Amino acid sequence: MSESSVLQVNGLKTSFFMDKTEVPAVDHVDFDLKQGEIIAIVGESGCGKSVTSLSIMGLVPHPPGKVVGGEVFFNDEDLLKVSESKMRDIRGNEIAMIFQEPMTSLNPLFTIGNQITEAILIHRKWSKKQAKAKAIEYLKLVGLPRAEALMNEYPHQLSGGMRQRVMIAMAMVCEPKVLIADEPTTALDVTIQSQILALMKRLNQKLNTSIILITHDLGVVSEICERVIVMYAGKIVEEADVKTIFEHPEHPYTKGLIQSVPDIRNKKERLYSIPGNVPIPGSIKKGCRFADRCEFVMDRCREKTPELISIEGDHKVRCFLHQESEEQN
Amino acid sequence: MFSYTIRRLLMLIPVLFGMTFIVFFMIRAIPGDPAQVILGQLATEEAINNLRAELGLDQPWFTQYFEYLKQLLTLDLGESLRTRTAVSEEIWPYMAATFELSFVALLIAVVVGVNAGIISAWFQKSWFDYTAMVVALVGVSMPIFWLGLMEQWIFSVQLDWLPPSKRENVKNPVETITHFYLIDSLIQGRMDQFVDVVKHLIMPGIALATIPMAIIARITRSSMLEVLRSDYIRTARAKGQKMFWVVYKHSLKNAVIPVLTVIGLQTGLLLGGAILTETIFSWPGIGRYIYNAIEYRDYPVIQSGILIVATIFVLINLIVDLLYAFIDPRIKYN
Repeated sequence: MSESSVLQVNGLKTSFFMDKTEVPAVDHVDFDLKQGEIIAIVGESGCGKSVTSLSIMGLVPHPPGKVVGGEVFFNDEDLLKVSESKMRDIRGNEIAMIFQEPMTSLNPLFTIGNQITEAILIHRKWSKKQAKAKAIEYLKLVGLPRAEALMNEYPHQLSGGMRQRVMIAMAMVCEPKVLIADEPTTALDVTIQSQILALMKRLNQKLNTSIILITHDLGVVSEICERVIVMYAGKIVEEADVKTIFEHPEHPYTKGLIQSVPDIRNKKERLYSIPGNVPIPGSIKKGCRFADRCEFVMDRCREKTPELISIEGDHKVRCFLHQESEEQN
Repeated sequence: MFSYTIRRLLMLIPVLFGMTFIVFFMIRAIPGDPAQVILGQLATEEAINNLRAELGLDQPWFTQYFEYLKQLLTLDLGESLRTRTAVSEEIWPYMAATFELSFVALLIAVVVGVNAGIISAWFQKSWFDYTAMVVALVGVSMPIFWLGLMEQWIFSVQLDWLPPSKRENVKNPVETITHFYLIDSLIQGRMDQFVDVVKHLIMPGIALATIPMAIIARITRSSMLEVLRSDYIRTARAKGQKMFWVVYKHSLKNAVIPVLTVIGLQTGLLLGGAILTETIFSWPGIGRYIYNAIEYRDYPVIQSGILIVATIFVLINLIVDLLYAFIDPRIKYN
């Protein structure tokens, strides 16, 4: 695997403007994605995961949303500065995206074939016949039976799992360098979930596509990801490779998330859940955003926002607990 | 689909039967006597009675009604009491005039209304949106006779750009073939007459289009707003599709069904209810034909005229229903 990064996000800040007040949904997020790597962005609902991905794609609903700062480097170009037409050339072609809701993400009035060939013909000057052949090839690649017949069928004739496969085929058909998968398995039942994940892993290996997997499900993360970014209330709170995250989580929030994963061997105990809810974006003006829900909260947590610092190699944490230990060491 | 169409066509029969019943008795319930109208104020009692007997008006109502139904079953629409010509023969020029005007009005209403609705939805809360929706509100509540008179006053009287009324320049009449003057003038290669006919169509067309246009714009806007928020629109954008196609391919097709419903209903109103516009612009259409017949208590013309308009209305709405299934594969008629 090459070490060169394909996508580099620096200080990304996306806000929503409600009644002229600025509500930051994504607040100074930095990460980079290497060629052929699968990373996960994890967090509860409302942590800014989806907004991060939409910001990269330039699809933040505007108004009320707007990317207000930062850089997104792709192919040595800042995607936040390129023109809309340049961005259209990148969308679907070099960075593709699949969404959480396979049931509603396909247009109900056009055939599967029409929608996939459309994705090809936007970016390639091919004949309809070539595009159709390619579409059938990709429907087969994502493991859909009777691909030729499917081309003429409508989304409502397909099950949720099949639709998500169609979405993946549609996203992959231009062989993008980066695939952003926004909770691709959330709406599917468990057996289909693992099939879809296996499919993404296979495509990643076969086509060397880098994948950003956005999820709140740590089970999904452990199955296919190499590196994990944990987000909380618009900020990255911890970042490490998947093994470290599961074996030595350092941020209290990450620990809480891992404890909340049900374990079949642990029958007696009541399943752990982090008390409270994700704060409403913009409601916390100073201090650590997790302070109200944190069991290790200290006075300084409410005064100052901790920095994201590296504690060991690539393992980064945003928490005073570790900054202190660093300082003591 | 085929059996559904047949079923719907069969359902026409009771609907039209009910129509004949209501119209037949209603026009006889209003005061006035065709024989009296035909013969005038000074006619003698005897002459009136003779004419009534000749026209069959001295028979009891139900006998007359069954006679009328028997006629209809042989596809005979009856004979005008006033002109003594068969309704089926004289009605076509009037229908063609109304169709031509309605077609132009509908074209204006759909093209302007749908696009205004789309742009308003896309730029929601922009100045265009606010202006278009205020104009639409004014349009819905605009009295047509006033709008028609204003058009005539400005464009005919003050500016002298457009002819104030009628279908054509009476000094240079179109030789009728189909009675659609646009078509007739074209197939005869008379461009001067074609331009003249178009000029005559503009003002009544706009007057007639105003209300449907406003309704279509508002329905399109709200329907598009709904669709533009959906996930598949985001998918289309994520593919890198151009805005134009996102709107006109992916969104419009999904938003068009409620718009079609309105277009269907409005077409019916245009065909039947254009009396005001036709009167102001002296347009020899079916609305005026029936209106004049009411003045003369020309019973067969009123009955058959309304029957034809009702049939067209039902048929247009059947076509709209069938179009739903054509647009949306999830709609199935069985």
